[in-house]
Amino acid sequence: MLSFLFKVKISAMSKRKSKESSSANGECISQVQRILRERFCHHHATGKPFGIEHQYRHLLELLKRTTVHGESNSALIIGPRGSGKTMLLNHVLKELMEIKQIRENLLEVHLNGLLQTNDKVALKEITRQLHLENVVGDKVFGSFAENLAFLLEALRKGDRTSSCPVLFILDEFDLFVHHKNQTLLYNLFDISQSAQTPVTVIGLTCRQDILELLEKRVKSRFSHRQIYLMNSFDFKQYIKIFKEQLSLPAEFLDESFAQKWNNNVQHLSEDKTVQDMLQNLFHYSKDLRSLHLLLMLALSNVTVHHPLITASDLHEASKQYRMDSKANIVHGLSVLEICLIIAMKHLNDVYEGEPFNFQMVYNEFQKFMQRKAHCMYNFEKPVVMKAFEHLLQLELVKPIERPSVRAQREYLLMKLLLDNNQIMDALQAYPNCPTDVKQWATSSLSWL
Amino acid sequence: MNTRHQSKHIYSWYGKPMSSDRKLRTLQYKGILIKSERSQTETCIQLGEFVLVEGENADQPFVAQLLDLYEDGAQQKHAVVQWFSHITEVPQNKRKLLKREVSPQEVFFDQVPGYDTDIAVETIIKSVMVIPLRLGEALPIILNKEQTFYVKQSWDGKCFKPLSPDTFSKLKEANKKSGGSPNSLTKSPLHPLDIICSPKNETERVVRSVTKKKNVEMEIESKHSASKSSLSKERHSRRVANGMKTPTARKKLQLNSPTKSPRGKLSGSDVLELLGDDCDAMSEPSATKRKVKFTGILGSPPKMSCSNDEPKSTFDSAEHEQRLSDTIRLSPYSKVRDSSEEENLHTKEDTICLTGHQKLGGQSPLVTPRSHRRCAQKTSARIAEQISLLNTLESDKEEDFLSSSGSSYSSSEEEENEVLRTPKRNSKSSRIFSTPKSSRKSSVHTPAKTPKKTPLPATPKTPRNATPEIPKRSHAARKPASILEEARLRLHVSAIPESLPCREEEFQDIYNFVESKLIDGTGGCMYISGVPGTGKTATVHEVIRCLQQAAENDELPSFQFIEINGMKLTDPHQAYVQILELLTGQKVTATHAAALLAKLFSTPGPKRKTTVLIVDELDLLWTRKQNVMYNLFDWPTQKHSKLIILAIANTMDLPERIMMNRVASRLGLTRMSFQPYTYKQLQQIISSRLSNMKAFEEDAIQLVSRKVAALSGDARRCLDICRRATEICEFASQKNTSGIVRMAHITEAIDEMFSSPYINAIRSASLHEQIFLKAILAEFRRAGVEEATVQQVYHQHVALCRIEGMQSPTVSEIMAVCSRLGACRLLLVESSNKYLHMRVRLNISQDDVTYALKD
Repeated sequence: MLSFLFKVKISAMSKRKSKESSSANGECISQVQRILRERFCHHHATGKPFGIEHQYRHLLELLKRTTVHGESNSALIIGPRGSGKTMLLNHVLKELMEIKQIRENLLEVHLNGLLQTNDKVALKEITRQLHLENVVGDKVFGSFAENLAFLLEALRKGDRTSSCPVLFILDEFDLFVHHKNQTLLYNLFDISQSAQTPVTVIGLTCRQDILELLEKRVKSRFSHRQIYLMNSFDFKQYIKIFKEQLSLPAEFLDESFAQKWNNNVQHLSEDKTVQDMLQNLFHYSKDLRSLHLLLMLALSNVTVHHPLITASDLHEASKQYRMDSKANIVHGLSVLEICLIIAMKHLNDVYEGEPFNFQMVYNEFQKFMQRKAHCMYNFEKPVVMKAFEHLLQLELVKPIERPSVRAQREYLLMKLLLDNNQIMDALQAYPNCPTDVKQWATSSLSWL
Repeated sequence: MNTRHQSKHIYSWYGKPMSSDRKLRTLQYKGILIKSERSQTETCIQLGEFVLVEGENADQPFVAQLLDLYEDGAQQKHAVVQWFSHITEVPQNKRKLLKREVSPQEVFFDQVPGYDTDIAVETIIKSVMVIPLRLGEALPIILNKEQTFYVKQSWDGKCFKPLSPDTFSKLKEANKKSGGSPNSLTKSPLHPLDIICSPKNETERVVRSVTKKKNVEMEIESKHSASKSSLSKERHSRRVANGMKTPTARKKLQLNSPTKSPRGKLSGSDVLELLGDDCDAMSEPSATKRKVKFTGILGSPPKMSCSNDEPKSTFDSAEHEQRLSDTIRLSPYSKVRDSSEEENLHTKEDTICLTGHQKLGGQSPLVTPRSHRRCAQKTSARIAEQISLLNTLESDKEEDFLSSSGSSYSSSEEEENEVLRTPKRNSKSSRIFSTPKSSRKSSVHTPAKTPKKTPLPATPKTPRNATPEIPKRSHAARKPASILEEARLRLHVSAIPESLPCREEEFQDIYNFVESKLIDGTGGCMYISGVPGTGKTATVHEVIRCLQQAAENDELPSFQFIEINGMKLTDPHQAYVQILELLTGQKVTATHAAALLAKLFSTPGPKRKTTVLIVDELDLLWTRKQNVMYNLFDWPTQKHSKLIILAIANTMDLPERIMMNRVASRLGLTRMSFQPYTYKQLQQIISSRLSNMKAFEEDAIQLVSRKVAALSGDARRCLDICRRATEICEFASQKNTSGIVRMAHITEAIDEMFSSPYINAIRSASLHEQIFLKAILAEFRRAGVEEATVQQVYHQHVALCRIEGMQSPTVSEIMAVCSRLGACRLLLVESSNKYLHMRVRLNISQDDVTYALKD
């Protein structure tokens, strides 16, 4: 009782206070939103990268030698998704670019396996980014063969001491491996291993088996430098990262607000429920992008009236984040459709996951209607069919073969894409579910 | 090109046999008649005259003097010749001995011993003039660039010498005998033009200003008649493509077809007459303007006639055009005055007037109907011819004129645009204009200014003369400062060592093979195999280097070296294109290149050098029909090809495995296989590269060589490990400054490069990912099959979570975990649209997983 009164009082106070400084606060809030959103969405992480100092040194030295000594090299940065491969590279490049001598001496070519899907496109892109002389405006002229010959000729003419080093960055490196004959990779690595224009080829990939994909000649020309990023931090560091990611920088415009915000973040990181929640997330994935996503969800709750992130915000966000997508769909189904899914579940139980067809489901449903259902209207077959097709469209049910013209729709073999657990969970949360349907779901009618 | 040329001509002897040799059964003649089937002309070439002889490159026929003509027992017509060499036939490295610029018209009296002077008569194209000159003499101005050459020096394969007085007089004699011009029975279309009408200074100016737009036409014209080069053909076709777009260009194109009449006979009055007809036929302003122009050329008429003439026709036809011409006439006026101050006012005005018309003339076809234009075209074609003649004379007179044209005349397209756009540049471009031939040549040499200057988005063609180049660095590369840095530089795979240790035997074998073929002047194939990184390509290059050295020292006949790499081709058939381009510099399509190469290698070339061709990564030249490989290995077996092929690939049994019998048989049995390096060899390679530099411990070198030898025997790997070890050493020694690579550094480098990443990846995976892997193992054990669906694994996962007392994950989370592991390729997964029924497999052994998850 007392505590309740206390709470009311506090809220009243804060309300008054917020009215006073709402305009100033509004500015702060929008500023906070802007800074943090930028941080979460763009991948140039703030501050120094953590836990990868060794890799950072290695890459930095490598690129420095390329630019300063004109030494050709090749390296792969390997790590699971979200482990900071691009971030590492960007950090290194940023540091390099601060040195004037290097900035003026380095040509960069950025390729992405998702964009340059074959060597022809990749060559045009390289030529374009190098501004070679067969580029007019944004267009690269000439056939594939001409372009290749031209580019190779250009690179062959250079030498270690006088040509400008070229840095090739191949994002999604594993996709380049599938290009015909691996021509591009062969040539890039070949240049990096011969006395031509100094080049450094950096590949970014998440595949651990990348070396096995390289053709033997290509593999021999690759220098076998691999920089692994493994997310090898523990939970304590994870909490630290959480704090770092959420706290405001020192140069924030309203110092007192920043102070308050950062204190709040500190409190959050010590809160038991928040720690549990973070621990949970940490157990699922060490990928920092998932953390960013969670924080983003929590951040969007911050308004002028709700200026600080609370534990419950985070909790809500985590709940939202961990939501099961298929179970979510089940919530929006009609009772008839739920009944069909339950029928399928029973069929699955009986036949141990063998595929079924509409007729079987309909029979099961009819059984239920005749024996058990008291408050359910008996639908006609076409209506049931319609409901079934809706499930098909939602991809809760999937045909195991392509529907052909000759096969009747009723007898197409299907599989249910839901697990029993998901169905039961969804039913628990389903609003106004008839009791007999619930009962049917738990106990099969197979004894009848 | 050549085939067509040959088909048109019939060769027969001129006169009776002079003498006969019983023993050799040969009959000697004093001349040969070349009869062209198509044009029904007959040319007689007698002994002592100079001729053009077909070479391998259609662009560059050889020049020779006929010394003897005879028919052998088999009724084959032969000729014995004295060769003259173009500067392009002199090896690149010897050209600098000359210490002067050589005009394309200059040839050298050839005294190289190796060349075959006995040629087939059918290869003679036509007669030309070769005029001997003293060394210091400048080239005289001549009318016909195509057919006159000069000789100042002789060339014997080693150095240039001035012509001996004896030869000089002989050549002079021969020249006189042939009467200064080819002794043709009828005038061929290629006959040199002898019209000399020394135009006055003023008229010259006028001519130039008038003709500036015409240069394109003339170029095309001249190419049609004279040049046989495929290059010009290409350029021509390009212009055709371009012409489709701009009306002015189209008009010029159509000029090619009419007027086959000999140019020399077309006198000015004829043209005037023709023009008059045209004038009557149409009341179109452009035609009259042409006429005005022309009168200007012929005798620089007073300005009055010109201006009077013009409005007469224009006024009634189209008033707005008159206005247009007025405005245009105004603009160039001042500019021309700027550029030509020394000329008197009278001519100046004349010129201005003409430029104005010119402008309009270029534009008018846009608005005039087609039928009218026809007549105009005809006329203008004739005018163009006339002008080209005049212009030829003119430009021949001015030497500097030529040279200036070389730098600024870049492409006719561009020129055209300029003409249409700015009157100012218009007058400028008239200055740089020169004869079609020289302009064509110079445009080939001009550096890549065209692509920048012509931003025509509608012409998707490669700028022909773009130079492939990477920009220069602005700061010099830093020199290695420490021993380790120096060592790293030497250990880089790209560093070229002084010698290739451990491949002496292979080197000797390849060297002997190529050397013997070179000396014999025959062809042959050699197949070299070996796993990657065993020094195949390096050894072959070393051999070629040594052979080139020997050839330079005249221990061996000189040869041409070219190289292709299967991996650097986009398509096996591109091999032809590259070979042809490397051999002759021509750029053609693959099928055409194949035909040209086949002809080149199957016919006897009079001055052919041996060609050494390296085909790297041979297996990539495989096609279903194997015609590329077949051709490659067939050419060396041809009698006259003089082609030596060194084919390199990885697999020893490639011929048996992928080649058809007929291809494998042509490849022959000369094979060599490079064994992987043993550890001793690797050790030697590293030591020789480091050459008494104290950067590595002896044991460290041994460790690395033993490791690599056991693994693959790949020298690249070995060098890369050493290089990485120096880095690690450098990194470590910053604290305790002992800059020498030890065993520990090597071990670290090897671990870094060869340790399997999977164990580490599993260990650093998140908890649920690890549980998922455990669940997979459990499911595999339960089912006894090494494959499971996600649904099955999910149930195991939930059970494991319950044991651990953890919150069980949702299906979505499991799917995310599964796809993450799949992206790292720890798992192999199906496409995700099967959702729960997606099948999962481990990409690593189960033991590895259990080992990694042990603690």
